[in-house]
Amino acid sequence: MTQEGNRPKLNGVEVTIKNVSRTYGDFKALDNVSIQIHKGEFFSLLGPSGCGKTTLLRIIAGFDSPDTGDVLFDGKDVLPLPPDKRQSNTVFQTYALFPHLTVYDNIAFPLRLKKLDKATIDKKVREYIHLVQLDQHIDKKPSMLSGGQKQRVAIARALINEPKVLLLDEPLSALDAKLRQSLLIDLDNLHEQVGITFIYVTHDQSEALSVSDRIAVMNQGQVLQIGNPYEIYEAPATRFVSKFIGETNYFEGTIVSCEKQGDEYLCMVDIPELGQQVSVTDYDPQPVGAHEAFTIRPEKIRITSEAPAVHPGQSVNSFQGYVDEPVYSGFQSKFFVRLDAGEHPIFKIFKQHTTFLDDGPEIEWKDHVYINWTATDGYLIKDLKR
Amino acid sequence: MNRPLRKNQFQEELKGTAYAWPMGLWFTLFFTVPLGIIILYSFLKRGLYGGVEWKFSLTAYRQMFNPSFAKVLLRTLWITIVATFFCMALALPTGYAMAKSKHQTLLLFLIIIPFWTNSLIRIYAWISLLSTEGFLNNILIKLHLISQPLHMIYNNGSVILVLIYMYLPFAILPLFTTIDKFDFSLIDAARDLGASKPQSMFLVLLPNIKSGITTSLIFTFIPIFGEYTVPLLVGGKESTMIGNIIVDQVSKTRNWPLASAFSMVLTILSLIGVFWMLTTGAREQVSQSKKVVTSQTELEDSVAEHHKTHQGGAS
Repeated sequence: MTQEGNRPKLNGVEVTIKNVSRTYGDFKALDNVSIQIHKGEFFSLLGPSGCGKTTLLRIIAGFDSPDTGDVLFDGKDVLPLPPDKRQSNTVFQTYALFPHLTVYDNIAFPLRLKKLDKATIDKKVREYIHLVQLDQHIDKKPSMLSGGQKQRVAIARALINEPKVLLLDEPLSALDAKLRQSLLIDLDNLHEQVGITFIYVTHDQSEALSVSDRIAVMNQGQVLQIGNPYEIYEAPATRFVSKFIGETNYFEGTIVSCEKQGDEYLCMVDIPELGQQVSVTDYDPQPVGAHEAFTIRPEKIRITSEAPAVHPGQSVNSFQGYVDEPVYSGFQSKFFVRLDAGEHPIFKIFKQHTTFLDDGPEIEWKDHVYINWTATDGYLIKDLKR
Repeated sequence: MNRPLRKNQFQEELKGTAYAWPMGLWFTLFFTVPLGIIILYSFLKRGLYGGVEWKFSLTAYRQMFNPSFAKVLLRTLWITIVATFFCMALALPTGYAMAKSKHQTLLLFLIIIPFWTNSLIRIYAWISLLSTEGFLNNILIKLHLISQPLHMIYNNGSVILVLIYMYLPFAILPLFTTIDKFDFSLIDAARDLGASKPQSMFLVLLPNIKSGITTSLIFTFIPIFGEYTVPLLVGGKESTMIGNIIVDQVSKTRNWPLASAFSMVLTILSLIGVFWMLTTGAREQVSQSKKVVTSQTELEDSVAEHHKTHQGGAS
């Protein structure tokens, strides 16, 4: 979508969502949600369906209004304004292109409402059609376009009004996986080009992780965590976030000890399910006896069929087990390993197909294996309720 | 390998033709032939005691332009236009509200209920409501709002009122089905892009429910144009419509060619309507998605259905 020498540079706006709640009958769609979205940021609302992300987007756009709370654009209350008076435009999930109008007329629609003169409209429409590279499809009706082209028309139409914030409601969900990837990159480039605030609603964590500046993870009407993709993935704040984002091994236990070690604290966690203690580091000291959860991402565990060499001075967790099920998925292999110890829980391990590290012979079904990870790769979750 | 396949195909085609025969025969005998007779009669000389003489004549068409008939033709036209206009004006918001409602089945049911009562009985009910000693006048007098009963019946106003009542469901149903299939996120999109509420209705809703509007127009305009019971029962001396003339010419004046000529006017009008609907339908089939195409064929089926039932009543 990037076109040199054709850059409608616009200004973003800061979006403040303050204590917003919305209920439908008995259903709490939004429960006291507060989010501060920076000027020009690519911000994602991520969560499963029914988590309230779309309701929040519709409230920002003006299609719905909250029971309580405020929505501010650059500090100005926008709740009294109808959708047509807000400085936001929306790219709808189904694109909502007007089927009776051509690509040109769809994109010209907002300008014609403003009663601009024909020459100005024509110049601007062509500029935006060029921006999304639809020059050849200018006279086509939406029904003659592919899914990706429709989406680009929807984006051009939403941008031509020069909004301060662009709201995207799962704009890629109707497309196939390959196309989704390339359009996601286009979207990222476009954001860089126009420079306005993007608020992107999605249930797809990989989409959110790959393009967002920051992400708010939502569930059951609540915001569970706000952070950049790295923080969300590496340091999930709650039980739900750790399980919803990516795959993980999750075990609850009790803090046995916590000692300062360098910048961090090395804690021992007693996990009944594993039948032994696990070492894990945290930035803060954890109170002994606290009920917390230990989690380790599958790709951070090393799996070998021979006992690995011991590295002194490094806090390594070591377990043994049997490969319950190996799953070959092209770019990596997934192993489901049933531990010998404790209640014989299953560990998920992802192994990259690199031959650089000498991991010994190929691991197969029912092989006895060693699994190891360092204390710094594990993570403690304190909020187990949400 | 080729021959047996061909034979099978031939057999299949033969079967298809055989299955289509009864319907073809039915339409020929009870639709095409009667229509042919009407066309033929309109070009013949009238018989003295009804019937026709087998001599070619254009007298019937010349008689149609007789000032008294022309007046009826014009009156029929304006009554039809006014009644259709009000039907549409009421049906559009009603269809919209129904499509948006959570109680669609109930509302549909309420619209269909009147059809369970014979239309003549419903017209007589209006007479007892509107007449000088009728329900409405009695109430207004009891409430001391008026001292003398109002003349609410046996004029063109009462004809239009009852026509609107009779044909409103025919206007609502096609509009409802089209609006029900309309993607309301388009209205959100229009509002989002800067359209006011009325603008979003006129610029986005109306162009996308064209087929429903066309069907509604035709379902109301054509039958109202041919209506004769309503002007006969609730109309005054100056409320005669084409339908009444046809009945008079057949049963009283016994000028069958003239009756046929007037029928031709109605037939041609209906044909224009049907072609108009089919062409808007075809245009939409080209320009819109698959979903709408199916809805379009559904509509055409319902039109065919409607015409079948109406031919039974009209001819």
